[in-house]
Order: sequence, then C-alpha cells, then structure tokens
Amino acid sequence: MSETIKKATRESYGEALVALGEKYENLVVLDADLAAATKTGMFKKAFPDRFYDCGIAEANMMGVAAGLATTGMIPFASSFAMFAAGRAFEIVRNSIGYPHLNVKIGATHAGISVGEDGATHQCCEDIALMRTIPGMVILNPADDVEAKAAVEAAILYDGPVYCRFGRLAVPVINNNPDYHFEIGKGITLRDGKDLTLVATGLMVNEALQAANMLAEKGISARVLNIHTIKPLDTELITAAAKETGCLVTCEEHSIIGGLGSAVAECTAETCPVPVYRVGVKDMYGYSGPAVQLLKEFGLCAENIAAVAAEAYAKKNG
Amino acid sequence: MDELIRRQLQITACHVRMGIIEGVYNAKSGHPGGSLSIADLLTYLYSVMYVDPKNPDMPDRDRLVLSKGHTAPALYSVLAERGFFSKEELKSLRHIGALLQGHPCIHIPGVDMSSGSLGQGISAACGMALSGKHRNENYHVYAVLGDGEIQEGQVWEAAMFAAHYGLDNLTVIVDNNGLQIDGKVTEVCSPEPITDKFAAFGWHVITMNAHDFDDIERAFREAESVTGQPVAIIQRSVKGKGVSFMENQVGWHGTAPNQEQYQQAMAELTAELNRLEALA
Repeated sequence: MSETIKKATRESYGEALVALGEKYENLVVLDADLAAATKTGMFKKAFPDRFYDCGIAEANMMGVAAGLATTGMIPFASSFAMFAAGRAFEIVRNSIGYPHLNVKIGATHAGISVGEDGATHQCCEDIALMRTIPGMVILNPADDVEAKAAVEAAILYDGPVYCRFGRLAVPVINNNPDYHFEIGKGITLRDGKDLTLVATGLMVNEALQAANMLAEKGISARVLNIHTIKPLDTELITAAAKETGCLVTCEEHSIIGGLGSAVAECTAETCPVPVYRVGVKDMYGYSGPAVQLLKEFGLCAENIAAVAAEAYAKKNG
Repeated sequence: MDELIRRQLQITACHVRMGIIEGVYNAKSGHPGGSLSIADLLTYLYSVMYVDPKNPDMPDRDRLVLSKGHTAPALYSVLAERGFFSKEELKSLRHIGALLQGHPCIHIPGVDMSSGSLGQGISAACGMALSGKHRNENYHVYAVLGDGEIQEGQVWEAAMFAAHYGLDNLTVIVDNNGLQIDGKVTEVCSPEPITDKFAAFGWHVITMNAHDFDDIERAFREAESVTGQPVAIIQRSVKGKGVSFMENQVGWHGTAPNQEQYQQAMAELTAELNRLEALA
C-alpha cells in the first residue's frame, strides 16, 4: 500500500535539487545556516561549488538571490518558512517580487507540524504573506512525488516562486503513472457530488481519508488537490462550487489569508456557496509531537469529516 | 588627472545637477539633497564603467546598484547624459505613466536593480558580484549607500557576506554627507565610526573627497588594486552640493524647489557651467 511509504517534502526538496543540479547548470542554492534541516545539505555535498551559505542572515540571503538572478542564475534561497517568508518578507517583496526576478524560495518547516520547536518556528502565515506579493507563484506540494515535480516546475518557470515544504514525513499519495504537475492546475483526486474538500499540502492526504469516512455516512465528497495556491485554479474551484454547492478547505496554515481565504475570495465572485475553512484558527501553535499537534488543531481526517458532515447537513437543512 | 578630462567631468556633473533639479522640480517631489551629493561620483563612475547605452542588458557589463534609491534623480540624470534614454524623460519623473519611477526600477534602461527600500541594494550587489566570481566574469559591481542607510542591519549582513566570499569585484561607496531626514546622522543614531566598522568587517576602506575628481580617481585606482576583499569607499560629501541654498541643509533631503528656488538653482548651475566652459 502506498500509505506505508512516508517522506517529508523537505527531503524531497533536497533530493530534487541534487537530481536537477546536473540538468540545470545555472541552479545555485543558498541557505541560512539550516542546510542540515532544509536538506539543501544534500545539494551542498553533491555540488559544493554551487552552494553558498549566507549564515543566519535571511534578509541578505534574499537580496543576494535577487542579485544572482539578475545575472541569469537560478537561485534557490532556503530557510524555514518563518524566516524566508516572515523575517525576509520585505526583501522578498521589494528585491525579488517588484523586479520580478527569477528567484525560487525553498521554505521548509512550514505549519505547526514543525512540532516540538513550538510557536516561534511554526509558520502558519507564510502563504498569506506571499499571496499579497504581485506575481509571486506559491506551490504547496502534498507529498514526495509532487514536491519533486514542483521543484522542477519552479525551475522552468521564469519568475519568483515560493515553494513550501514540511518537516514531517507524510504518505506518498501521487505515485501513479498518470500524475502530472502543472503550475496553476489543481488535480481532482476523487469525484463527488455532495460537497468538495479543497485541500493543499499535507492536508490532501487527510482530505482523501476524510472522503472515505464521509462515504461511509453516505456523503459523496469530491477532493481537489490545490498544489498551487497562486495562481489559483479558479476554474476547477468554481466548477466544484457549482456542481457540489459546498466547499470545505483544508490547509496547514492560518484560516486567515491562506487557501481558505483564496477559495472564498474566488467563489464569492464566481459562484457564492458556503465555504468552511479547516486550518489553524487565529492562534499560535505550541510544542508537541507533530502528529499529535495536527490532531489538536483539527488538521486531520476526522475533523475534516466532521466539519464536512455538518456542512452537508446545513446545506440540506 | 588630465586637465581636459577633469574639465569634461566637471561640465558633465554640472549638466547632471541641472537634470536633478529639472526632474525634482517638475515632479514637485523627490530628494535633491542626496542626489546632488552623489552627482560627481556617478558622473565619474559612468565615465569609466563598461556599459553600452545601446545594449543596456549586455551580460558582461559593469553594474551599479543605487542602494540609496531615493536619490534616483542623480542616477537618471547620469543615465540620460550617457544616452540610455532621452533627457526629456527627466521632466516627467514621478508622473503617472512615466518611465522614471520615484525610486529606481530595473525595467528602466541602464538601471541594474530596483531599489529604494534602504539596506537592500547592497545585498543584490553582493549577489551580482558573487555571480561574477562564480562564472569567472570580469565585470565590476558598484553599490552606492547613504550614511543614514547603513543604520539598516541588512547592510552589515551583506558586509559580512561580501568579506566572507572575498568579493573583490564589489565596491561600495558610502555617501557620507552627514545628514538624514531627522537630522545629523551622528545625532539621529550614529553609524560612526564608519571606516572602522567596514574595516572590522574585513573590507579594504578608502576615504575620498566626493567633489574632487582627482581624489575620486585616486580612490577608485586604489580600489581597483585591491584583491581578495571588497572595498568600501567612504566619500566625504556635501548634501545639496552645487546649489548654494541647498548645501548642508537637512530640509533639502526630500523637498522639491518651488519656481523661484528652481530658477535660482538653475541660474547658479548655469553660471557654473558657463565658467567651466569658458575655462575649457
């Protein structure tokens, strides 16, 4: 069973960089003293002369990446999401976003599944921050297969891309021959007519599990994998709104400004239907084992199924 | 420096200053003080840098990042003098739909990096210099910073980085005019001793008189000879240099001249231009 294979998308990120380093000679990798954790250390080992450690100085790292990009290099600037999107936000906005430079931001340790390190490192705001930057592409892969595909898609795309990866090992769900990754194109993983679970990142697998639970209750749930938060696949989401009449968004991110917000903003204009947001409420995380934390915060199949069942009841009430 | 070259640089710098005043006056906003203090520097640099107005994106060109981006009028005026775009563009600086944005934008011919949020340009310059080293390119990268700007922490992150990677193809010029919006830099939050700070970060430090082309040439000749470490040139300058009533006046940091002030400034610069041309 595919569920038995688990891998953290940060591992996939490191492996993808190594695999693609040979193919793309202009690829260089920057890190801010977290190479062992972000897994760019793998690239450093394979291509030592194309890896530059910037030390614990994320602001400068983003600016250096911008400068490299002006000369035709393709830099991946790596750190934890908290520092890449948070601390360095204004540099990403003004030195990368505004000049629309070909910089790829590899942000690992996103969300509360960082676990024991606690709230200071559990970034649930990065998608919200990055979404507001004009022209920024945001990729939030669900598993190993998708993360690797996302890295290459980011390289092939000419412009700034924010790639979000996780620390926690998650099940590989996309290892099928038909899998195809295209920036901005969501994937319908399961069809359904009663409601739609719109998921991203590690919540895609939880949404699939939730759909199974809902099926047992006689509720037919469609499942969408929205690996690209921006540009959002508004066609796929609008069609789901029209055809199922109710959406439940699922993300390991604040319900403010993330996928839930993006979907609600979309359907408010194209097809207003109820949108329920499963995500981190307006609060900080705390220390604990990642899997347990995800359950505590309702970022699990059981809670998605519960929210969806209630949504379905209201829809038919 | 050859007499003829010095005279020509002085004449060009005078035209550059007139362009700054023209631009800021027509924009009814902008930053004349810090633009005038780097007019001689940029005039000199764009006379020696390997750039081609007909091919502004030439891959092996020398690069300049105006990290103190609010002094864009100086950069624009120099680029116009060099023929990157028409001098007429200066009159629509900051206007809706204009080519010349309030702060440097990478899409403007000759502008190597968008800048203006202080402290960021030096990092981009480090990236350009690192790329040059990485690919064995021979181009040189210049970054112009304000003395107030170096209060930004990112500047020192970049300073550490440049020294660590031995970026001797990077020259940073700190425009030490001593004034920032809120007053004297030493009274607002002193960045002094600037020379010692860069030296402590592993840079080769040179001081120069920002308004003496012989000294400017001396400083850059010394900078060229340095290997294995980045160079910081601390230029002692006069904010508002060249327009009597703007010189050393903090109020002219970010204020546009009114019509009367514009006319007086242009009259002074025209008189200076006539004087220089008579000598030539």
